[in-house]
Amino acid sequence: MDAELSNRPVLQVQGLRVEFPTRRGVLTAVDDVSFEIMPGEVLGLVGESGAGKSLTGTAIFGLLEPPGRVASGTIVLGGDRIDNLPHDRMRRIRGKKIGAVFQDPLTSLNPLYTIGRQLIETITTHMDMTLAEARQHSIELLAEVGIPAPERRIDQYPHQFSGGMRQRVVIALALCTNPRLVVADEPTTALDVSIQAQIIRVLKRLCRDHKTAVLLITHDMGVIAETCDRVAVMYAGRIAEIGPVREVIKNAKHPYTHGLMGSIPNIGHDIDELTQIHGSMPRLTEIPPGCAFNPRCPHAFDRCFVERPDLAQEDKSQVACWLFDKETADA
Amino acid sequence: MIAFVLRRLFQALLVMLAVGMVAFALFRYVGDPIESMAAEDDTAEFRQELAERLGLDDPAIVQFGRYILNCLRGDLGISYRNKRPVAELIADRLPATLELVLCASIVALVIGIPLGVYTGLHRNTVTSEVLQAVSLFGISMPTFLTGIILILIFSVFLNVLPSFGRGEVVDLGWWTTGFLTVSGLKALILPSITLGLFQMTLLMRLVRTEMLEVLRTDYIKFARARGLTDRSINFGHALKNTLVPVITVAGMKLGSLIAFAIITETVFQWPGMGFLFIQAVHNVDIPVMGAYLMMIALIFVIINLIVDLLYYAVDPRLRIDRAVAGGYTS
Repeated sequence: MDAELSNRPVLQVQGLRVEFPTRRGVLTAVDDVSFEIMPGEVLGLVGESGAGKSLTGTAIFGLLEPPGRVASGTIVLGGDRIDNLPHDRMRRIRGKKIGAVFQDPLTSLNPLYTIGRQLIETITTHMDMTLAEARQHSIELLAEVGIPAPERRIDQYPHQFSGGMRQRVVIALALCTNPRLVVADEPTTALDVSIQAQIIRVLKRLCRDHKTAVLLITHDMGVIAETCDRVAVMYAGRIAEIGPVREVIKNAKHPYTHGLMGSIPNIGHDIDELTQIHGSMPRLTEIPPGCAFNPRCPHAFDRCFVERPDLAQEDKSQVACWLFDKETADA
Repeated sequence: MIAFVLRRLFQALLVMLAVGMVAFALFRYVGDPIESMAAEDDTAEFRQELAERLGLDDPAIVQFGRYILNCLRGDLGISYRNKRPVAELIADRLPATLELVLCASIVALVIGIPLGVYTGLHRNTVTSEVLQAVSLFGISMPTFLTGIILILIFSVFLNVLPSFGRGEVVDLGWWTTGFLTVSGLKALILPSITLGLFQMTLLMRLVRTEMLEVLRTDYIKFARARGLTDRSINFGHALKNTLVPVITVAGMKLGSLIAFAIITETVFQWPGMGFLFIQAVHNVDIPVMGAYLMMIALIFVIINLIVDLLYYAVDPRLRIDRAVAGGYTS
């Protein structure tokens, strides 16, 4: 049973498309995105603001705000399709089978309830536990995420915790029902740099101990390099490149990934100037035909302006770029 | 916490003292009390003697002190017109007003808050739009008009409810109540709706706006992502976070319900304090006016104090020593 489970993906996203109908036509914010996460694996989803990475996460939760909607594609969690479930069945999956960590720990917790109450209500909503058991479980979890004196702290309110401590509480909330998958949307962005590393360590350790897979959404390549097994680079709603994290960082293929890597300062090497990608990501209303990256790409050629590349295997990664197409190589 | 209560109590005392000054000024400067008591042909000596006997020739500050002391002892003076102690008059009328205000508040809270929650949760539905439109009526209609329309419909056309008075009341010795007789209860219906309608629509709109605001916050989104039930999210997490502003407005409006029951009481000939005040104004019955002023100020002060204490009960962030508290979030 375990062996069978461990080689089946926890999450399979296939051809996901998220649309926003507006007065000026339908905007496609996430376009044909596919990926899988294996049990215990950490998949990074990286890209600029507006690349569609958070929306991908929100779509997995089934919490897109109308008029946003999943227009096509499937989301399969542990073998069951979850993108077409009725409201109440999806609610039972959220928090039980998928945990969430949000960006800003200062605003993720309800200020009027003690953290204990928020933990206990999540546990008793999804699991068959008495209040006393749920409380005991909460105290253990708080200890696990590194909150000192959890027996006392459990009865305190969110404002009595620092930002880093609150994010630990949020992680405890995400893991309190032992989900198979945690979607962490920019979990460190709102924190001090010195706290970021701690939080990432806690998240990583807990997910390893609980054998939980993680979808880590971030724009911070440093966090990705430190944490992930595989990484998917998103650009303008599509995946540009996906592969093992070492491969993508050391041996980036897509010109956009190249640009991203070039923009990270490297302390060891003495370079005068960081490379930067010229221009900015197109708005959803102004995505050019062909490859969406073509206006900024230093290597763009004829085909890039007319035809949109799909992901194709290249070494250990998959990349959506005509530079790696056989026909291009032959020509 | 205790320091806070003491500070508020001290402020309340200052407010009462200031109101006392205004009430005192009414006696002194709205007409000359000697002039209104003495007959036209009384001699100057007699007037002088009268002033001395009543202590009216003392310095103003001494008179003011005496007035405040008398008020504290429950002696609010004697009505010029009824020749009865004002405290007694008010005690007679107070139950009528308080019962009316209680019923009006219940109408406002019990109908207004659920409607606000409903329209906040189900915005863009036909029912919500209709309720919103109707509430605009409620909020912009003057009280006397509401009262007259209700009388026209239920008393004149349908002839099911009385148009004036309290009906039969039961005297409990220190309190007269209309709650124990059928006619007393029937008489309460129209005035309560009239008085409560404005507050009800105000509360509904306030709760709706606050709900919309709270439902957009991260902690509600996070509560959804945790898979909590809709009921727990809407009524536990969201509604509780709307309570601070709602308590503020409801508390302040409760004060004005009591103070401005005057119009409703006049329309329905309700024998309450407001009606008493209107009669006092007609008759330039200054002791009654002054006492009414003090009374209303006292009620406002007490309600504000209760509202402040309720904040503490609702919002844990206020309970904590500020030095310990980390970042504030709203």
